[in-house]
Amino acid sequence: MSTLEIKNLHASVETPEGTKQILKGVNLTINSGETHAIMGPNGSGKSTLAYAIAGHPKYDITEGSVFLDGEDVLEMSVDERAKAGLFLAMQYPVEVPGVSVSNFLRTAKTAIDGEAPKLRTWVKDVKGSMDNLRMDASFAERNVNEGFSGGEKKRHEILQMELLSPKIAVLDETDSGLDVDALRIVSEGVNRVKENTGLGVMLITHYTRILRYIKPDFVHVFVNGQVAEEGGPELAERLEAEGYDRYLVEA
Amino acid sequence: MTVTDHSRATADAAHTHGLGTPSPDASRADRPTSFEVADFTVPTGREEEWRFSALKDIKPMLADEAADGHLEWDVPALPAGVTLTDVDVATARERSVRAPGDRASAVAVAHSGGARVLSIAPNTVVDEPIQITVTGTGQDVRGHLLVEAGASSEATVIIERKGSATYSEFVSVDLADNAGLNLVLLQLWDEDAVHAGEVVARLGRDSRLRGSVVTLGGKSVRLNTSAAFAGEGARVDLFGLYFADSGQHQEHQLFVDHAVPRCTSRVTYKGALAGKTARTVWIGDVLIRKEAEDTDTYELNRNLVLTDGARADSVPNLEIETGEIAGAGHASATGRFDEEQMFYLRSRGISEDEARKLVVRGFFADLVQEIGVASVEQSLMKAIDLELEHVNEELAETQA
Repeated sequence: MSTLEIKNLHASVETPEGTKQILKGVNLTINSGETHAIMGPNGSGKSTLAYAIAGHPKYDITEGSVFLDGEDVLEMSVDERAKAGLFLAMQYPVEVPGVSVSNFLRTAKTAIDGEAPKLRTWVKDVKGSMDNLRMDASFAERNVNEGFSGGEKKRHEILQMELLSPKIAVLDETDSGLDVDALRIVSEGVNRVKENTGLGVMLITHYTRILRYIKPDFVHVFVNGQVAEEGGPELAERLEAEGYDRYLVEA
Repeated sequence: MTVTDHSRATADAAHTHGLGTPSPDASRADRPTSFEVADFTVPTGREEEWRFSALKDIKPMLADEAADGHLEWDVPALPAGVTLTDVDVATARERSVRAPGDRASAVAVAHSGGARVLSIAPNTVVDEPIQITVTGTGQDVRGHLLVEAGASSEATVIIERKGSATYSEFVSVDLADNAGLNLVLLQLWDEDAVHAGEVVARLGRDSRLRGSVVTLGGKSVRLNTSAAFAGEGARVDLFGLYFADSGQHQEHQLFVDHAVPRCTSRVTYKGALAGKTARTVWIGDVLIRKEAEDTDTYELNRNLVLTDGARADSVPNLEIETGEIAGAGHASATGRFDEEQMFYLRSRGISEDEARKLVVRGFFADLVQEIGVASVEQSLMKAIDLELEHVNEELAETQA
């Protein structure tokens, strides 16, 4: 049982126009096995929240705290956060020339576990996960994200999530830009990992469509750097019908 | 980041481009060659072939003066059919495949005191690599080396250069008909060494040369390689791997001269740069002369910049004088290992040092395999790791 506890989180970013406050006091607690959908309009700070949790150097944390099972996440380096059990599936995964997917996965697994995975089970695990995500075996020999289609990049993110088995995963707009087939494959992957490992999920999305495939336990509406409203799955249905206009007027 | 990629470009007109365009009449074929030092003026740094060079470091080797130093040669027991002998300057000139192409190598020949000749007798097949190590002991040295691969011979020759020296050299590589030679030149000098070298190869009919250059050490290394086809059906593969840290200037110029029909050339050079003052230069010239029908050529240079401040120049030039070719192309790209890539890898638990290692090893891996000598491959990956440790230490210091 793991818990990610975000309290009063404030984050800013340096822009040419000066310091810009993006997160303005975020409170959120995610336990193992729970799925929290973070929904909100573009520019509300959803992705910043994801990057701030993962430790991207671009964002300054100016106030608040993030704890994972009582450990201070904000004190950890980016790789230490991953080793502690956090995973960020990125909206725009980065190309890494010269590094094959198979080499990358093995290196990451070794880093997370502190020891190299046993060769035989590892090869089997990778193959099994790739099969489930309908990824061709040749994928493993390609360079990380280089020349990947949008759907391939997102499947590759979920592949990593499955193999690295984190405690809490933040999925940053994993559904954006996917067609229905790819969305279904990716969602099945997330549900499978949840079922097998008790993963806690922070599902950041702009659209409600993914919630047909991944059922949230909680829905948080994110507006102007804060959680504006919280509820159960029924809140997502209301958002689907009404959109975000109601919150934007209030903001 | 600059990228030029003209994969499989074919043209019947001359085709040249680069960072700056040389004077319009400057075909690579017109560059003079001579054994007479006086035929080359002392370069100013404005000349096409010197404009990216570390001329200040190289200057002492451009003076038409004797140098009294020598390198220590460590030569193994040579297999049957292979000999290493010394010849005087006059004989060395005669047996060179052509005259030097710049002042530094003309000076090297004139003041070498004669050449060492590594000969592989015709029809000799040597299975094990011939590993020669030359070590500098801080002296000023001029050198001339001849490698002669007899008809239908097969051999692998590795020459490792280490220690410290101010060293200029002219290396002539002669492949007789149907010879196969794998020649590996390792520049693993100490950090204060300065090295200016010219390697010129002539390929006889149906011969095959794999020429690999690995430059990791030295303060300044300028190593230019030319390959000229003298008979049909020959093939040259030129590989280069370099890694420049702060304070290192590494220059590699290539020239492949397709003067006869039906020959194939591949040039593949890759470099990594780390540290504020790391500097690399790659110039790749390919000339397909009018007679060279059915030529197949491709040259590639890739540079990976690991830190701010480092500078990589990459200038491919392709001159094509006939439309009747099988294929001709070049590609050049210089990319950065940036903060976003670093974040991506670290967010998967991979440490900063490990991430850099992963990227650099991946970048070089296929090239290292191409060198085709198992013992070199292993020690090379270790040497690259060692380079990276230096880089990581240096970065840790600047961050601290």
